[in-house]
Amino acid sequence: MRNFFRGFGAVFYKEVLHVRRDPATLFFSLVIPLLQMVVLGFGIDTNIRQINTIVFNADGRRESRELLDRLRNSDTFHIIRYVENDGDLNDAIIAGKARVGIKIPVDYSDRLLHNMSAQVLVLIDGSDSSVAGQAINVTTAIGLDESLRRVLQDRASFAVDMRPKMLFNPDSRSPNFFLPGLTAILLLNVTTFLTAFSIVREKERGTLEQLFVTPVRPMGLLFGKLLPYLAIGFSELCLILTFMRFVFQVPIHGNVLVLAFLSLPYLFVSLSIGILVSSKANSQSEAIQLAFLTFLPSIFFSGYIFPRETMPVFFYVISYFIPASYYINITRGIILRGAGLSHLWLDGLALYAMGSILLLIAARRFQNKVIMA
Amino acid sequence: MKSVAVAPQMNGEVAISAEHLVRRFGSFTAVNDVSFRVQKGEIFGFLGPNGSGKTTAIKMLTGLLPLSGGQAYVEGLDVRTDSEAVRERIGYMSQNFSLYYDLTVTENLQFYGRIYSLEPARLKRRFEEIVQLNGLEPYLNRLASQLSGGWKQRLALGCAMLHEPKLLFLDEPTAGIDPVARRQLWDLLFELSGHGITFFVTTHYMDEAERCSHVAYIYYGKLIADGTPNSLRELPDVQPHGTLRVEITTPEVTRALRFARHLPGIRSATIFGQSIHALIEDRFNLDDLREQLLKNGIAVAEIRPLAPSLEDVFVELTYKHQAMLEAARA
Repeated sequence: MRNFFRGFGAVFYKEVLHVRRDPATLFFSLVIPLLQMVVLGFGIDTNIRQINTIVFNADGRRESRELLDRLRNSDTFHIIRYVENDGDLNDAIIAGKARVGIKIPVDYSDRLLHNMSAQVLVLIDGSDSSVAGQAINVTTAIGLDESLRRVLQDRASFAVDMRPKMLFNPDSRSPNFFLPGLTAILLLNVTTFLTAFSIVREKERGTLEQLFVTPVRPMGLLFGKLLPYLAIGFSELCLILTFMRFVFQVPIHGNVLVLAFLSLPYLFVSLSIGILVSSKANSQSEAIQLAFLTFLPSIFFSGYIFPRETMPVFFYVISYFIPASYYINITRGIILRGAGLSHLWLDGLALYAMGSILLLIAARRFQNKVIMA
Repeated sequence: MKSVAVAPQMNGEVAISAEHLVRRFGSFTAVNDVSFRVQKGEIFGFLGPNGSGKTTAIKMLTGLLPLSGGQAYVEGLDVRTDSEAVRERIGYMSQNFSLYYDLTVTENLQFYGRIYSLEPARLKRRFEEIVQLNGLEPYLNRLASQLSGGWKQRLALGCAMLHEPKLLFLDEPTAGIDPVARRQLWDLLFELSGHGITFFVTTHYMDEAERCSHVAYIYYGKLIADGTPNSLRELPDVQPHGTLRVEITTPEVTRALRFARHLPGIRSATIFGQSIHALIEDRFNLDDLREQLLKNGIAVAEIRPLAPSLEDVFVELTYKHQAMLEAARA
């Protein structure tokens, strides 16, 4: 019999027994993240530079370009793209490509030339509270500065009126900003640990070696182990979302099913990391250390704490290789900005690609390092 | 001692045929040109100090480690190309009784049954047979972690033979269990061996080696003894021509040993409890020896000829092997 997945059923059932036999571990692996959530439910504010900004310049004349120059020179804004209509402006923000959208109305220059006050619309992505706060402050300051300049020159009163408007998370609640990102970290945490432990424990006990002299196929063993923990990861996701919605009162604007669909590859990513950890570690304490090592980049370079745009180029590039970067954009997008698949498909694709690649690497390493060790 | 490379398929009675097995790890050669054959129904004792290549050899024969050289056939199957089919036919029990401690006795057995894809009806039949054979009945719902060493070992053996393998590899099956359980295990092995099952057993216990129908001794990667216990005892290297092995029983063993070692004609001497085992030249008269000892104030209760033990065999062969290595280096 040449069944590639031979032994899958037996291993799967056994893993379920392990989990059931040890309800304490299950309980803590599900509840501790919730505790972390409570503890970390407070935001961290930092100084923000080079916020991705998108511009719809309906006017386009000299005055409007001067204003944009001043925004650019403030170092706070980094203009990534110019669009031609309101829809594109909105979409770019919902998709998470830009944090700030600036719309200069068509009569901006005219009004200024006629000594009337001109309005500039500043759309701010409130799903990142630190970015939002900074953006409001700087745009208002530039507006004030621009006005003063004109007042001194032309004796016109308060010519430029910057009108900031928060699109999402209007009250800048820090749990709203923080918890969707935390979801990504917690899921990574739980599934990576559970998978790594379930394999390392068998290494320690010698049962793994025993399994290798049976006809069980490596993929049967691997997937028999992965699926129960995938299920636990999903339960954890549901638990976190419920907790977030009803305890922290974070409104979920998007479709939960889309979130579930895009969480699947992310869970595969964390399960694969768990396997990679277990292929290197020979004891549970080693596994803990290694797992934490893999968590750190996900915590610091994924945009979870520090916005990716503000990172030095080197780390910004690294952040593209961190699955949590994409998943955090997905959770914030769906939960806070009401984004859908049309906005987040690229992130989803990236995760599916990373999940598949990591799973392949993990499976190979599992076969070479764990089985042939 | 050297096995001839004959295609094992031609001999239906061979359970394991290892031909010039080599396994290298980098520059280190763990198993160095090892050849032996195990006939069906034999209890094959594989002995050697720790780190001498025993476990590596088992891993090669069970298809866990690729061979660096040589050939190995298990139950007529080439382990290099047919390792999955080999695994269907063999059972393996490691020295730490690889059980799932958080599963019950029943769950452990059923898990291995499913791993070997036994049909439900067959699994049920085998389950009952194994439980009966190993006397596991009273412990079925107990967690494996709560069993004593002897029972863990029985359960592990049960798990390893659920799929009715014709060949069982037992890696130090009696390490750390009590003498009664040890005796019972060997009784069970003899019974199963009577039914045609072959055993490949590694052990450190010389008395267990004596019970095997075929023993081999591996010393740092080299196989230096291979045969039945009795044929090994008669090897000229073990019992050189013109020598005699004697047991000297005396109340003053340490003093007697110190004295005996300086007597001309005594090749070697070592203490065994209340007696000394010595290899003497047979021109030596036993009565002369007794007189010499008495003259030096050493009371002698008895001197009698003795067959070499397997320990003697392995000691002599190891010395000889070392001497050969020295000579080769010089």
